[in-house]
Amino acid sequence: MSVILDITSCGIEFQTPKGSFRALRDVNLKIKKGEYISLIGHSGCGKSTVLNIVAGLLQATEGGVVLNGKEVNEPGPERAVVFQNHSLLPWLTAYQNVELAVKTVFQGKKSKAEMKEWIEHNLHLVHMDHAMHKRPDEISGGMKQRVGIARALAMEPDVLLMDEPFGALDALTRAHLQDSLMEIQKELNNTVIMITHDVDEAVLLSDRIVMMTNGPAATIGEILDIELERPRNRLELADDPRYNHYRSQVLQFLYEKQKKVEHIADARKAKGDAKTKVA
Amino acid sequence: MNIALANISWIEPMVKIAKGDDVAHNIQVIIKAIGVPLAGILVFLMIWHAAASNIETSLGNFPGPSDVYEQAKGLIAEHYEERDKADAFYQRQEERNAARLAQDPNYEAKIRPYTGKPTYFDQIGTSLITVLSGFVLASLIAIPLGILTGLSPTLNAAFNPVIQIFKPVSPLAWLPLVTMVVSALYVSDDPTVPKSFINSMITVMLCSLWPTLINTSVGVASISPDLQNVSKVLRLSFMTHVIKIVLPSSIPMIFTGLRLSLSIAWMVLIAAEMLAQNPGLGKFVWDEFQNGSSDSLGRIMVAVLTIGFIGFLLDRVMLSIQKAVSWDKKADIR
Ligand SMILES: Nc1ncnc2c1ncn2[C@@H]1O[C@H](COP(=O)(O)OP(=O)(O)OP(=O)(O)O)[C@@H](O)[C@H]1O
Ligand SMILES: [Mg+2]
Repeated sequence: MSVILDITSCGIEFQTPKGSFRALRDVNLKIKKGEYISLIGHSGCGKSTVLNIVAGLLQATEGGVVLNGKEVNEPGPERAVVFQNHSLLPWLTAYQNVELAVKTVFQGKKSKAEMKEWIEHNLHLVHMDHAMHKRPDEISGGMKQRVGIARALAMEPDVLLMDEPFGALDALTRAHLQDSLMEIQKELNNTVIMITHDVDEAVLLSDRIVMMTNGPAATIGEILDIELERPRNRLELADDPRYNHYRSQVLQFLYEKQKKVEHIADARKAKGDAKTKVA
Repeated sequence: MNIALANISWIEPMVKIAKGDDVAHNIQVIIKAIGVPLAGILVFLMIWHAAASNIETSLGNFPGPSDVYEQAKGLIAEHYEERDKADAFYQRQEERNAARLAQDPNYEAKIRPYTGKPTYFDQIGTSLITVLSGFVLASLIAIPLGILTGLSPTLNAAFNPVIQIFKPVSPLAWLPLVTMVVSALYVSDDPTVPKSFINSMITVMLCSLWPTLINTSVGVASISPDLQNVSKVLRLSFMTHVIKIVLPSSIPMIFTGLRLSLSIAWMVLIAAEMLAQNPGLGKFVWDEFQNGSSDSLGRIMVAVLTIGFIGFLLDRVMLSIQKAVSWDKKADIR
């Protein structure tokens, strides 16, 4: 299959009050159409930064991103983002949130009736039909994240970008959403880049796991191909030696090769910084 | 309620049998909601009464609550008298016109307006119209400007010094300037709106602009960056961005500003009307002061209470509007 997204020797240096800070250097990644990529790495290494560069929300200082033969230099709906904290407009219902996206993306391309059908179809995909006229504060965290995914899917993006989409959810809800996502993926075969902290999630969902070295000046350390046939079933895989082999390889990378040396307090601080600055 | 009662063991069965729980509870609630404030008012009236009888002015004793009550009744009676006179005036005209018409079928009937002096209620009406015009005008300027300065740090930096300097200026300082400018620019032989009205309105506008402007600007500038990213990814147009994202998320701050603005507008209005001689409550107070009759202080006191009460009502009205348009129904708006 053809390469749809090409990240070439991408690097970024942030200008901070304390001088410049090099977050990324020489990131190279080619992603094929329909591939599901996970980005994994320690907190603060620069995963969100990579994703935001692809999204166009941040500008790389060197290198660049080419999508479908065109250079990326601003955000756009063909690179839909699912944000970690859902980012739904709290004053709109689930339906209206998706509607805002559909109306802007398909203005003049779909009729009113087609839009309505398309919005409902996408909410149905994420199993949100029953609560589509509720507002974000009336639904659970998992449901909000589902709506966020529906909104992104409804844009029919070339690449779907997800920044820790299930990070804020409990384990059970997360498992449900992962299963939903695999179902959807089977049907739509989207190109996906997903950031995660969860090794099981990465192995279960991905075609390739991209493991990043620790910052500053982080880059891609290793790439692991996951050759498990789909559909994948979490229960069956639990006893599968290949699954456990992949899992341990990721764990080895994270906890031996890229062992965090800084103290927990520093890590927390870095994470806090990252949250406020990236946003 | 049930949780609170559960601690008192002997009440629970009673409650279950009688279901009279609501009655007792409601009485308590009523005492708390009405009785306590009522007691406060009573104490205030007593202190007022005692203090008033000890204050001797050149116009007699300072009016106590009962004097003020009498004056209020007097003002209401005057209002009805004046209305009756007006009715009689129009009726006489109509009769005269009818008689003329009977004699000469080609006669064109004319109705001259009644030009009696404005009653207390007319003056309240004038004040309300003036303050609302000034306030609406101020909001029409402040909200869009606040959105622009909130969206653009550059614009904000440019406007901020101006805002900070004009914000604390008293209406008394503006009024002479406004009067001169209005006299120069607003020339018409038969003005549909009197100059005194324009002067008061513009002064109110100039003084009540700032809280809305500043709060809108702060509200817009503090929109969650995540929502801004959503807007960027969707490539929303400027207007869609403002309507769909900026306005809803800064509604609470805009209303905080509007409510401050309206209370300032109302305060400023009274002073502006005194000086501009706009026939509203401010002019009423001024005229009574100039009048210096034995009733004057009582009548001014009626005006003071009216002004306070209307100010309170205006804020309540804004509060209900805020509740109606706020998307966050759970927010504690007060
Ligand atoms: N706008 C910015 N200005 C300055 N430094 C930044 C900015 N954005 C990110 N950084 C820094 O770049 C590094 C990478 O941040 P990033 O948010 O990409 O990490 P991350 O891998 O997503 O972390 P986490 O897993 O905690 O989300 C961090 O050290 C962060 O402090
Ligand atoms: Mg991150």
